[in-house]
Amino acid sequence: MTTADLINKLVQVIAALAIFSVVIGLLLFLIDRAPKKGRDVIQLIAFIAPALILLALGLIYPAIRTSITAFGDASGDFIGLDNFVWMFTQPEALQTLGNTVVWVILVPLLSTIIGLAYAVFIDKSKGERIFKALVFMPMAISFVGAAIIWRFIYEYRAGDRPQIGLLNQVVVWLGGEPVLWLQAEPVNTLLLIVVMIWVQTGFAMVVLSASIKGVPVEQLEAAQLDGTNAWQRFRNVTLPGIRGSLVVVVTTISIATLKVFDIVQTMTGGNFGTSVVANEMYNQAFRSQEPGRGSALALILFLMVLPIVIYNVRIMRQQREIR
Amino acid sequence: MSSTLHRRRRLVFPLAAASVVALTLAGCTGDIAAEEAADVDCSDYETYGSFDGAEVNVYGTIVEVEADRLNESWKDFETCTGIDVVYEGTQQFETQINVRAQGGNPPDLAITPQPGLVASLARAGYLKPAPESVEANVDEFWSEDWKAYGTVDGELVGAPLMASVKGYVWYSPSFFEENGYEVPKSLEELTTLSEQIAGDGVKPWCAGFASDAATGWPGTDWVEDMVLRLAGPEVYDQWVAHEIPFNDPQIVAAFDAAGDILKNPDFVNGGYGEVNSIVSLPFGEGGLPILDDQCAMHHQATFYEGFWPEGTTVAEDGDVWAFLTPPAQEGDELAISGGGEIVAAFTDTEEVVAVQTYLSSDTWANSRVSLGGVISANNGLDTANASSDLLKNAAETLQDENTVFRFDASDLMPAAVGANSFFKGIVDWMGGQSSQQTVDAIEQSWPAE
Repeated sequence: MTTADLINKLVQVIAALAIFSVVIGLLLFLIDRAPKKGRDVIQLIAFIAPALILLALGLIYPAIRTSITAFGDASGDFIGLDNFVWMFTQPEALQTLGNTVVWVILVPLLSTIIGLAYAVFIDKSKGERIFKALVFMPMAISFVGAAIIWRFIYEYRAGDRPQIGLLNQVVVWLGGEPVLWLQAEPVNTLLLIVVMIWVQTGFAMVVLSASIKGVPVEQLEAAQLDGTNAWQRFRNVTLPGIRGSLVVVVTTISIATLKVFDIVQTMTGGNFGTSVVANEMYNQAFRSQEPGRGSALALILFLMVLPIVIYNVRIMRQQREIR
Repeated sequence: MSSTLHRRRRLVFPLAAASVVALTLAGCTGDIAAEEAADVDCSDYETYGSFDGAEVNVYGTIVEVEADRLNESWKDFETCTGIDVVYEGTQQFETQINVRAQGGNPPDLAITPQPGLVASLARAGYLKPAPESVEANVDEFWSEDWKAYGTVDGELVGAPLMASVKGYVWYSPSFFEENGYEVPKSLEELTTLSEQIAGDGVKPWCAGFASDAATGWPGTDWVEDMVLRLAGPEVYDQWVAHEIPFNDPQIVAAFDAAGDILKNPDFVNGGYGEVNSIVSLPFGEGGLPILDDQCAMHHQATFYEGFWPEGTTVAEDGDVWAFLTPPAQEGDELAISGGGEIVAAFTDTEEVVAVQTYLSSDTWANSRVSLGGVISANNGLDTANASSDLLKNAAETLQDENTVFRFDASDLMPAAVGANSFFKGIVDWMGGQSSQQTVDAIEQSWPAE
């Protein structure tokens, strides 16, 4: 690149920005000057159109394209349901679906339970803020970052060499033989799930903690006067009081878990029987150059997420009606 | 008045900042150096003719330092012919070339490392047949094997460019000498040698197959070498073209032969522990225990030269050296696997023909190889130009008339196999799956024709 090229590019950038602001300014001006009759409608359309256009281009069109591709082969010819037949007959693809089910059961369940328990125990304690920050911090780490950290924890060195992975060092201290954790089926899937739980617990804890603080003190005191013990109070007063937040937490984590890709790709690359749907979708579409199979997996993923989203929306709506 | 003054002051700072940024960025750009036409000997380039202001776009996978060397290699040609060769390299070449060809915006020339991709572009009608001058160069400078990789349905579409050789076995010459080990001349001798070393208390082999998403690929090189040696080049070609299934008994035999070494707990993994450590060990670290005499041999391509720590001498009498995996029987023809690029043209103007012809000539091969790091299978290459002893050795092997050359099979197979299930198969196979189960699974993943 020469100086002339650079100046040329800078001029282009500035010109583009200038044209953009002129067009937007003109548009806003015209909207403002719209004829009185139907001004509301015109303004509504003008402001909503950009979002709708972007949604159509970035979400609806790709969704339709993916659905069509899912019924085609590598060169795009229609092959009916063959991709779905492949998905539900190949042992490897079946294992992928099975793993996803394990993930989506364990991660939301455990992160919510751990997060809730933690939130209850530290509630109104002395260093609550610090305790909260500690558990919340993993949320600030990207999945890839978390995966790399945990890969180090599971790292393996042969027998007599010094271990650099924490888990194997502990095993050695206890007198055991180091294990290649990430290759040990089926434990490796559980070890990957631990990473996701580690990241998501903070989210569950913060939301639930805020919600617990919203449970009316009067109700708790009344229950206490009725002679309930702590567990009964938690079970019959606190839990119903935070039901809405619980649903939000569980569904949000479920959706995040269904889409998990980074952790698997970074830690095992989907090898050693740890692949999940999102990872396999990427592998098929981009590495194998089989966009049909990738799209079919994407479609299945969408169908798996859909009921959770619908349930989430319904609960939210019910809550609003109660209020 | 005061308000306009205020407004002006508000403008001054951003303007000043912008000009500082612009100046700094301008400092980063390298303005074209003055042409040094005076010291270039143009006699080699007279046959290509002279063009004024012509430009040829070249597109390829080669990036960074390698791309700089590529640009450097045709500098004299540019000066003498007046053609401006504009090279653009990208890691997304494989998908982008299709996008550009279909979108009606192809480059003039494409440097493609996969013969399969060249074939699909040619069959789609995007490529021009190779001009006569290129064909003449290919016939003069390249072997039949290489010409075949640039030929689609009987028509030559492109000439080969550079080459790399796989299937080298790295070892420590001093370790071999001290213990009286000899470089094996047949696969049987290789096994005997491994047993002998194992008997002396050293694990003879070390390997690492981990490579992020491509984990397992070094294992495919092992299997390819075994197919080439045990079943021969004809079967290798049929295997690649799927004329015999992936689970053919001969392929199973090749897996078993590789497994006799790679899955033998007495033979691996020198310096790193047990068999199961191979798949999790980054491929770049695979051969390093050779330096500490904890492992005797490591199977890897010529490029492994760059992976030894700084200060390691790579020479026949140095710290490490390599021999080619021997043929099945002593004295059998030497069959090697490796890679390379094909230069194919999307347009056929005179300047494009000139560049394509130049790239297929011995002049270019020598010019590029002297810049270091690579070799070419061009017979007109003076092997003394190779930048290291090993590359010189590899170039001589390629030029040897008795050498049979075959492209890396995983680069030739469909991506669903060559870039996915073959790698995965190797990982599962190393994890204890039998050779038969492994090849059956890979065969199943072969895309329907």
